[in-house]
Amino acid sequence: MAWFKKERSAPEDQDRKKVKVPEGLWLKCNHCRAIVYRKEVERSARVCPKCEYHFPISVEERIDLLLDLGTFREWSAGLEPTDPLHFKDTQRYSERLQAAQQSTGKKDAIVIGEGRINGARVVLGVFHFGFMGGSMGSVVGEKVVHAAEGALRERIPLVLVTTSGGARMQEGILSLMQMAKTAATIGRLAEARLPYFSILADPTFGGVTASFAMLADVILAEPKALIGFAGPRVIQQTIKQQLPPEFQRAEFLLEHGMIDLIVPRKRLKETVSSLVEYF
Amino acid sequence: MREYLDFEKPIAEIEEKIEKLTATGQERPGVPDDLRKLREKLYKLQAEIYTGLTPWQRTQVARHPQRPSTLDYIGRICDRFLELHGDRLYGDDHAIVAGLARLSGRSVVVIGPQKGKTLKERVLRNFGMPNPEGYRKALRLMRLAERFNKPVITFIDTPGAYPGLGAEERGQSEAIARNLMVMASLKVPIVSVVIGEGGSGGALAIGVADRLLMLQYAVYSVISPEGCAAILWNDPKKTPDAAEALKMTAEDLLRLGVIDEILPEPPGGAHRDPTAMCNAVKKAVEPHLSALLELPLDELLRRRHTKYRRMGVLGGE
Repeated sequence: MAWFKKERSAPEDQDRKKVKVPEGLWLKCNHCRAIVYRKEVERSARVCPKCEYHFPISVEERIDLLLDLGTFREWSAGLEPTDPLHFKDTQRYSERLQAAQQSTGKKDAIVIGEGRINGARVVLGVFHFGFMGGSMGSVVGEKVVHAAEGALRERIPLVLVTTSGGARMQEGILSLMQMAKTAATIGRLAEARLPYFSILADPTFGGVTASFAMLADVILAEPKALIGFAGPRVIQQTIKQQLPPEFQRAEFLLEHGMIDLIVPRKRLKETVSSLVEYF
Repeated sequence: MREYLDFEKPIAEIEEKIEKLTATGQERPGVPDDLRKLREKLYKLQAEIYTGLTPWQRTQVARHPQRPSTLDYIGRICDRFLELHGDRLYGDDHAIVAGLARLSGRSVVVIGPQKGKTLKERVLRNFGMPNPEGYRKALRLMRLAERFNKPVITFIDTPGAYPGLGAEERGQSEAIARNLMVMASLKVPIVSVVIGEGGSGGALAIGVADRLLMLQYAVYSVISPEGCAAILWNDPKKTPDAAEALKMTAEDLLRLGVIDEILPEPPGGAHRDPTAMCNAVKKAVEPHLSALLELPLDELLRRRHTKYRRMGVLGGE
């Protein structure tokens, strides 16, 4: 009977990692693994028609989705990462940065600026997962701080959309310190009673979750987004037990009281807009 | 019984010789002279080995099972200590020790992870890896310190926050994030000492401080060298390279502006002379505490905020 078992025993995690968005007419869903028609996904704000999984979207798509068209003005666009540790693994960090900058057309993993949501001014920051896994180094930390300081200065709400693997290892301890730096600034925002909303998209982990992302006044998440502190593989290796189904999905976090709301992408703008009105 | 690290083998050999020679009786002619020579040799060798430690070797020293722990420092530095328990929300985490103490005539709140020394202790302490309730206990006591205007001293020695199922369910990230935010504007002085291993966010969650001191062979990093080697090199054998690349030694952190002072360790590391090390830590902490207590509150907070605001290295503009 062994040959029957073998077919099905591929662990979910390994399988999940292998799913990459292929070019062409068809897409494989990262969550339910159904093969779906690309056009249909694109028409529905990149949501899987079978399981409602929200595919990653670009920074530009995100800005268009949330803000009134053409209202976004980028801030601190000139900030660039450096290689303060002269970090080298199988490749130099400086080379990895160059490659990421070339492939994404961005200087680092976050874009910040101001714009309007149904007419109301907000500061918006959007992570770009495609830039070294949306990891937070000195530039990302600094820009989160710029966004919060801008919200303080202009006395308008702050909205941050996260997709990140966590702190950027190649900047070592300086990346870790961005957690303290961003959390400190969010504290100032709270003292000044300016509202801050975070939107956790798939995936949000490590140093980003464990700093400003979980400190928002209202925490929203996209359906099925993976959110956590430690990655599922690390946890599995540590506890040596099978993880429950849907572990670390947005629904799991909602169930455990860690987030306020799960909002489908199509209703994200109206939800944030009504939050802005409430405050 | 002393435990030796791999690179300490030559030290172990000489110490064994000394022991044997001592056992044969010191009255015999020539023995005192031989002993003296051996001790000199040992001293030189130890100094030689310890000046040339690689970052990975330092990590092993920082994790040495006999290295003085949070409870050792509390016991030897403080006149009295009353451990308090629980986060009032879920449970009491044995991986973090926290309580009230008297230090040179002052009341202080002391917090630090405890790894445990024997296997039984280690299991009880979860190898010094706190769960959310540990960080929330620390937070509760920090707020208590603030309310009653007592300075906070934290000792840092943890592999990291526990990556477990329950930890995720109970909000490990939220617990860490909350501590960072609260510590950044806590209205009393905070002095932290990295005594062993500073394991990423799990260490930072009790390490946002006005003054951050670090023992000479302690390490502090965004990820363990093992984790970094597994992710970036996909090869556990590259752990020493990862330790090197991460710039996680006390000298590195001083250069990067993350710590304020390096506390020299006794020859052969803190575990060779815990009493001397504890005294040195006490001597180093006191002046910082006194200086911070003299600052007006708004100045204290302004300096702490500026310190963290400046963290990082930027290009462009």
